[in-house]
Amino acid sequence: MEFSTLDLGLVDYETSLSIQRELARDISLGKRVSTLLLCEHNPVITLGRLADKNNILGREEDFKARGIAVKNTTRGGDVTLHLPGQLVAYPVFDLRPLGRDIHSFLRGLEKAAVLLLRGYGIGAQTKSGLTGVWSGNKKIASIGIAVSRWVAYHGMSINVDCDLDLFSLIRPCGQDIMMTSILKENAAGALDMVAVKKRAADKFYEVFCQGG
Amino acid sequence: MVKVILPELGEGITKAIVSYWYFQKDQAVKQGEDLVELTTDKATFNLPAPASGKLSDILAVEGQSVNVAEVLATIEEG
Repeated sequence: MEFSTLDLGLVDYETSLSIQRELARDISLGKRVSTLLLCEHNPVITLGRLADKNNILGREEDFKARGIAVKNTTRGGDVTLHLPGQLVAYPVFDLRPLGRDIHSFLRGLEKAAVLLLRGYGIGAQTKSGLTGVWSGNKKIASIGIAVSRWVAYHGMSINVDCDLDLFSLIRPCGQDIMMTSILKENAAGALDMVAVKKRAADKFYEVFCQGG
Repeated sequence: MVKVILPELGEGITKAIVSYWYFQKDQAVKQGEDLVELTTDKATFNLPAPASGKLSDILAVEGQSVNVAEVLATIEEG
């Protein structure tokens, strides 16, 4: 398969979702090729379709007062948080040439994240029975997707250099886990998000186009 | 009568939860339109209507766990 990459920069969550839905529709109709969207969001807490609202620790009004939006979404997975300094990758990919296999696609996303993180010297790994990527017992990448007409959207977030304290506002993915970031695990200095995005796109290519 | 069946969603995925019906019983549906959303651990999947016609029966309600190959609904063609 082939895909194009589009860097949306710092973008509103709803805007990115509209772009994904439009792309997914066009891709399902064969009007466009699969597209990897890369972006960052202002602080927003999102709940997956079957999320437990108890995994948000605090009142919605308090978050609003702090400028943190709370959004219900149609992706799989529980609750998560996006914020500046976190790379969000939305692979709006046609799963038909990839074997119409949601499980395999999720494993592919994990693999791309593991390859990216190992490139930064982080001993990233997956955990059996859980979706996502860990560094030791701390989670560094979270995943939740939606599939419509066999085109995937939503995707994966990887903490690069972000305020990890904000994750104390939620139980990430409904689990009592600590979150970490590339910067925290590999204190080699400031990270350039544009460079991280470039590397991430390369790893997606490696996994999904070269059978990585 | 066309049966709406939960297809194979991927290796090792044997069941899903019906999370959202886009249509109600007796409403008209069009082939290829999103009909029902199913949710697994980390993914949601929109199943398109396999035929155009009337959604004559919904056999799996929202919140219900269903297995691959199970009949979720029936569509009366026309």
